[in-house]
Amino acid sequence: MATKTYIYKIFERFWHWTQAFLILFLALTGFEIHSSFSLMGFESAVYWHNFASWALIVLIIFAIFWHFTTGEWRQYIPTKAFIRDQIRYYITGIFKNAPHPTKKSVYNKFNPLQRIIYLGLKVLVIPVQVVTGILYMFYRYPQGGKIEIINVDGLEIIAIVHTIGAFALVAFVIAHVYLTTTGKTPLESIKAMITGWEELEHDEEESLSNGANAERK
Amino acid sequence: MRRKLIPFLIIVIVPQIFLAIAILSKSDGDGATQIEELKQRVLSKPQKAVDHGQFAELHKDFKTPQEVTAACLACHTGRAKEVMSTHHWLWERESFIEGRGVVSLGKKNLLNNYCTGIRSSEGSCNKCHAGFGWGDKSFDFTNELNVDCIVCHDNTETYEKASGGSGYPYMEGPLKPDYKHITANIGKPTKYNCGYCHFYSAGGNNIKHGHLEEALLDCSRDVDVHMTTEGMDMSCTDCHETKNHVMNGRYYGTASNDYNRATCEQCHGDFPHEKSILNEHSIKVTCQACHIPVYAKVNSTKMYWDWSTATGMRDGQPYEETDSLGNKTYQSIKGTAQWANNVKPEYAWFNGQANHTLITDSLTEFPVKINTLYGEYNDPTAKIWPVKIHRGKQPMDKNYKRLLQAKLWDDEKNKGALWVDFNWEEALKEGMEYIEVPYSGEWEFVETEMYLPISHMVSPKESTVSCNECHTRENSRLAGLTDFYLPGRDRNKTVDLAGTLIIVLSMLGVMGHGALRVLASKKRKEQQQNL
Repeated sequence: MATKTYIYKIFERFWHWTQAFLILFLALTGFEIHSSFSLMGFESAVYWHNFASWALIVLIIFAIFWHFTTGEWRQYIPTKAFIRDQIRYYITGIFKNAPHPTKKSVYNKFNPLQRIIYLGLKVLVIPVQVVTGILYMFYRYPQGGKIEIINVDGLEIIAIVHTIGAFALVAFVIAHVYLTTTGKTPLESIKAMITGWEELEHDEEESLSNGANAERK
Repeated sequence: MRRKLIPFLIIVIVPQIFLAIAILSKSDGDGATQIEELKQRVLSKPQKAVDHGQFAELHKDFKTPQEVTAACLACHTGRAKEVMSTHHWLWERESFIEGRGVVSLGKKNLLNNYCTGIRSSEGSCNKCHAGFGWGDKSFDFTNELNVDCIVCHDNTETYEKASGGSGYPYMEGPLKPDYKHITANIGKPTKYNCGYCHFYSAGGNNIKHGHLEEALLDCSRDVDVHMTTEGMDMSCTDCHETKNHVMNGRYYGTASNDYNRATCEQCHGDFPHEKSILNEHSIKVTCQACHIPVYAKVNSTKMYWDWSTATGMRDGQPYEETDSLGNKTYQSIKGTAQWANNVKPEYAWFNGQANHTLITDSLTEFPVKINTLYGEYNDPTAKIWPVKIHRGKQPMDKNYKRLLQAKLWDDEKNKGALWVDFNWEEALKEGMEYIEVPYSGEWEFVETEMYLPISHMVSPKESTVSCNECHTRENSRLAGLTDFYLPGRDRNKTVDLAGTLIIVLSMLGVMGHGALRVLASKKRKEQQQNL
């Protein structure tokens, strides 16, 4: 039974779209710093990149708080169940108009692939970018003899790891944006991420026990 | 509808708030207060306390310059002793150089990449010695009366030292100094006094340094923000502060150790910028590297000096060739020269310590580095300096692999001086005999280079080197300094290739997958219709 469900809460959407904006902006300014192209000039690119990085760090702190206080972090616990089915779905099922192998609900928003990829972002790629980014900004101080605790002799490894992370994020964004079109209609998922409401195939039992979150159509 | 609108607005507006905060927090200050304070400090110089013109001791008919010195010392007791302990008098100083130990080096005994060295040509070169009579090795460095007070303290701009006069002024004739006039107008050294020697080193205006020249006497703000007559009109001694005749500041090309130097920081401090990212650069980059984008802004400077073509004759006579700007591109006495204007400096790591190729050193590396600036990225005391690298060719002993000193000048013919007799064989023999260093008699020309850090001709802040002149993939100003990772210039090619590939493959992947989905759904629709 299809039910219109309030699945993405307001903070979640705010966090998602601000993070999306910041990551795109960081990619744009970051690859300009990397001399991949020229847009606003090196000086402005550095300034805005540093500024946006602080904005992202602040956002991440709020997001971590939100994930733990709401228990939403559980959504990212990886599972082996249905992972093969999910992969098979993208390789063959999707072309045959087969149903999604996993059901989306308020308590199980992500399919097993999403769980692994998003968890990877949260515990690997983004932390690596934040740590290398902070080192990138502060590595000169030890050279000036001010902080002996993090004595970084050069930028090369930091910069290369940061670049690898950036490529990974861009590739993720491409795949992520594309996969939003694999819902019932191409724009359904994006609409849901904007409004918070999505039409979900509901399990009778589940909706009975969690009736508060669902609204019968 | 309202329920959707508010979150949507938040989503749109919040990023804009971030942008607005960023724009507002961007500082637009320029350290104006600090500059204002510095200006006041420079302006509040003490006025001249006495009128030397009223002193009976100076109302004499001075016959020799030594008599003037004696008159100076009659009141200014002990000052000659001070001068005689400085580099302006000694032209050498004790230095510690790694691998050599303590050595006494200076213009007195070093080789350079211009006229190559003073030894055996003192009569001409030592016009710029702050004394009288250093014409050869026999000069008495302990005679106070030989100290030339006037050359630095004459404020009339009329005092002339004689060409080939071993530091003496003209002793007779129209250029003989008017001592009465000069002694009545004695004062602190001006730009003119310092420039009398330092602008004309290596035989003419701006030849050697490229950033010290007579244009600084009256220049626009674009040429030098400190010395401009449109602005502060600062004199050399405003920065090169002096105590007991010891000038603060030493020439990097001949100084080996890092002390007693004049720095930008002595007035401007270590962190003069409003933007901390610029201050952070000062840990690895000198002020000069960004604030002197070009040198030789007015007159040309000599970039290349090839001695191997010297002694050429035209119709049996020595000759000269000049370019359209009047620069001498060929001289029989000096060989071929290349000049340049508005030169972008080259850049080098430098920690203040330098080495020099001595005439007794066996050469192993070519081109020969007349001086070596020490420093590298991993040296916490080293910074990136703008340098003029002056290149050329000099004679070398073929068998001993040592640089040679030719005798260049003499006031008589047939004394072996290159500039008089135009004979390399004789000039080298004479020069090496004078220095008493063995010479095999066989010689050839080798390529040489000398590193001259640049500190003058500071540009207005509007024309400083911009970020992307260094932080750029192609033609970075720092292209030559490869021992560190510079953002914007450097990258790991494998990572970039793999990263680009992954992005391209992702794009192709999603496009292919999408296209297949469209095709599949079309097919399904057709099949449904067919059913």
